[in-house]
Amino acid sequence: MAISLKVNGATRSVDAEPDTPLLYVLRNDLELNGAKYGCGLTQCGACTVLVNGAARRSCVTPVGSIEGNEVTTLEGLGTLDKPHPLQKAFIDEQAAQCGYCASGMIMAAADLLNRNPQPQEADVRAALADNLCRCGTHNRIIRAVLRAARQNGRI
Amino acid sequence: MDAPRLTRRDFTAALGGIVLSFSLVPKVVFGQDPARLPGSLQTNRTLDAWLRINADGSVTVFTGKVELGQGIVTALAQIAAEELEVPLSRVTMISGDTGRTPNEGQTAGSQSIEQSGTALRMAGAEVRALLIDLAAKKLGAAADTLKVTDGVINAPDGRKVGYGELTAEADLKREATAKARPKPAAQHKIVGKSAPRIDIPAKMTGGAAFVQDLRLPGMVHGRVVRPPRYGARLDSFDEARVKAMPGVIAVVRDGSFLGVVARREEQAINARLVLIEFAKWSGGSELPDPAKMYEQLMSLRSEDRVIGEKDAPVPVGAKVLEATYHRPYQAHAAIAPSCAVAELKDGKLTVWTHSQGVFPLRATIARALGLQPRDIRCIHAEGPGCYGHNGADDAAFDAAMLARAVNGRPVRLQWMRDDEFKWEPYGPAMTMKVKGAVAGGRVVGWTFDVWSQSHNMRPGDPDGINLMGSWYLADAKRPGPARHAAQPNGAGDRNAITLYDFPRQRTTHHLIMENPVRTSALRTLGAYANVFAIESFMDELAAAAGIDPVAFRLAHIKDERERAVIEAVAKAAAWKPGEKGDGRRGRGIGYARYKTVATYIAVIAEVEVNRTAGIVKVPRIWTSADAGQIINPDGLTNQIEGGVIQSMSWTLHEHVRFDRNGILSEDWMNYPILTMPDVPKVETVLINRPNERALGAGEAAQGPTAAAIANAFAAATGRRIRELPLTPERVKAALA
Repeated sequence: MAISLKVNGATRSVDAEPDTPLLYVLRNDLELNGAKYGCGLTQCGACTVLVNGAARRSCVTPVGSIEGNEVTTLEGLGTLDKPHPLQKAFIDEQAAQCGYCASGMIMAAADLLNRNPQPQEADVRAALADNLCRCGTHNRIIRAVLRAARQNGRI
Repeated sequence: MDAPRLTRRDFTAALGGIVLSFSLVPKVVFGQDPARLPGSLQTNRTLDAWLRINADGSVTVFTGKVELGQGIVTALAQIAAEELEVPLSRVTMISGDTGRTPNEGQTAGSQSIEQSGTALRMAGAEVRALLIDLAAKKLGAAADTLKVTDGVINAPDGRKVGYGELTAEADLKREATAKARPKPAAQHKIVGKSAPRIDIPAKMTGGAAFVQDLRLPGMVHGRVVRPPRYGARLDSFDEARVKAMPGVIAVVRDGSFLGVVARREEQAINARLVLIEFAKWSGGSELPDPAKMYEQLMSLRSEDRVIGEKDAPVPVGAKVLEATYHRPYQAHAAIAPSCAVAELKDGKLTVWTHSQGVFPLRATIARALGLQPRDIRCIHAEGPGCYGHNGADDAAFDAAMLARAVNGRPVRLQWMRDDEFKWEPYGPAMTMKVKGAVAGGRVVGWTFDVWSQSHNMRPGDPDGINLMGSWYLADAKRPGPARHAAQPNGAGDRNAITLYDFPRQRTTHHLIMENPVRTSALRTLGAYANVFAIESFMDELAAAAGIDPVAFRLAHIKDERERAVIEAVAKAAAWKPGEKGDGRRGRGIGYARYKTVATYIAVIAEVEVNRTAGIVKVPRIWTSADAGQIINPDGLTNQIEGGVIQSMSWTLHEHVRFDRNGILSEDWMNYPILTMPDVPKVETVLINRPNERALGAGEAAQGPTAAAIANAFAAATGRRIRELPLTPERVKAALA
């Protein structure tokens, strides 16, 4: 059935069952790469997006439940040419090894900066506690979030 | 020249690509062996296999090594740009494609800079010299008066010719001679600098960066169903029910291989669940009893080899110590399960894969499916970091199986989280027994025995088909046998031979020939556990001798570079000779030279022990590393610090849970890893040696980090834990 969604500021209509996890609609129907499949169980955070500015695990969010809400993915934050302060900070800090977790990390950090624009390091660690990184890039990610905060990385 | 000699016995999967590529070595007249060329030029001998100069002056670089999140593609681009004197922005990298790139076997073992980097350095220098010669003819100037800047060759009188203008004349379809001299380190402008990673901007902005992001026209979605335990047979399942589900295009069953293809991804996921619900399985193999796992593994048939021996009498009256260490099965646990896209069109199979070795994978898929390698093309596309042989190759095979069922349509096959956790080949459980003797403050006797299953069950084996899905086909294929690998690389015995200057030592590798739990290559192979054991025992011997652990190590090392990293880390951490823990806090050191021939690295860890909860925290870690000539300092730091943190996760948290009926670790709840709040501060001191060979570094930190943490725990508490990981149960038991 047709479902109307507001994603990254644009209204989009997709033909999917309402119980379809938002993740697959974003990736396959809207061809957005940001949100990633990692576990499908809300355990790893790779699929994190913002719904009305708050972090949400898209792997278990039924697409039918968020009709009329504002969804923001990594692509909605900024672009290669005009990156969001968080994206720029992640690039400047080279805060990736494989980079698969990066989108979820950035979206969880965006949620943090919306709530707390001047976080301390402990706040960043706590906010990203449920986002897993397997390569051991954590310290760079923490530095990137703190750098973005200094540059007022609110959205 | 001697051609490399490899006996079947010494064959390892890590060398598979090299063996496979011998047939590509051109036959030389007079029946002589061709000249030995450096790095991977030896097996991919023409210049145009590596480099192409384009008419617009840009350069295309081909490498058989692939990006795994270790930054290798950027580092290789730096090397090529440096030798060719072109800006990094004008280099395009093509990596890991059986249709286009050199065959460099697996991207594994921290060997890419040494193999591919060496080839690109030599080929780059030769192509630059060749272009300068062409320009000299064109300009009527002597070659040695010409200077290259940013891909333009300049004569002293101001005339110039760009690389792009020479492409028509430049014949790179010739065998490399490796006679051109690469630039001396003092002239390097790109190598040695922290060039930003080529792949990172796309990954931070939602660009298509991973195989998961590939969307081909008409692409459909696949899932597979695995048995409840190793080796079980599929007796029946409800095909009709699944075929009637929305979107289902094909149900694929071949023996006990079961999969489904659907129009939409969530439809494939739902169909998989129904397949699982109604499938009936029988048989399968029992796993070891976890409570007696190490004894059971050591009782299995093993092939034993003494790999190092130096004889001297043990003085009378020496103090003798013995200890046994264990490391459990540990998972690669990539942040996402494996994925592949496959398409079968007009009899040609194309597979996009995050395999570490597209050539060995192609050869093995061909054998598994009865196809000719020339009818298969495997193209690397990045996946989540793999840290060794995980499910990537198996997923590629599964995707090929599903693609055959929907002829012409590309299939994207994504393993689910439990597929990866339960079916990936783990890093093997290992036991290390060490016996040492000290007299007069010196180690005077050393015996080291290591027991392990195979660490090399990758595709590319000549006698088996190491693709898991193929073992379940009606015409079931068999995996290859466990094999010894020659030192110094080794496998389960990697880093088992101590580098310390002991007058007497004997090292034996007991290769377990059976595979009760599926295993293969996990970052460092056996080095993680062997270094953990050697370096733990060095601290035990130091304590027996009453000598500070740092001083005790230095007393057994002559080599200046080895000493330098230990001295540098002790300085960075402000190590105080004879420093003592206070029951709760303490520090420890670990040292190794990876593979005994690659990066030198020393690590100091500080731990804080919560004695009642049994929890070990590691607030700080210091490292010092000498990787020879540094290509990209920031990239090297990233690899080393990542290795430190991953190893800390292995050491404190990680072990695969199972019972006799099957694997129990199926997601992050029952395979927990280190998380953000517990990540230590890491300080790294790099020792650059621009005039020395660049050494493999990507895996160097794992073993020393484990030892440093275990030694710090012992320093803090006076108790030693010899079985990994340092779980709260073991900590409490040790402190009881």
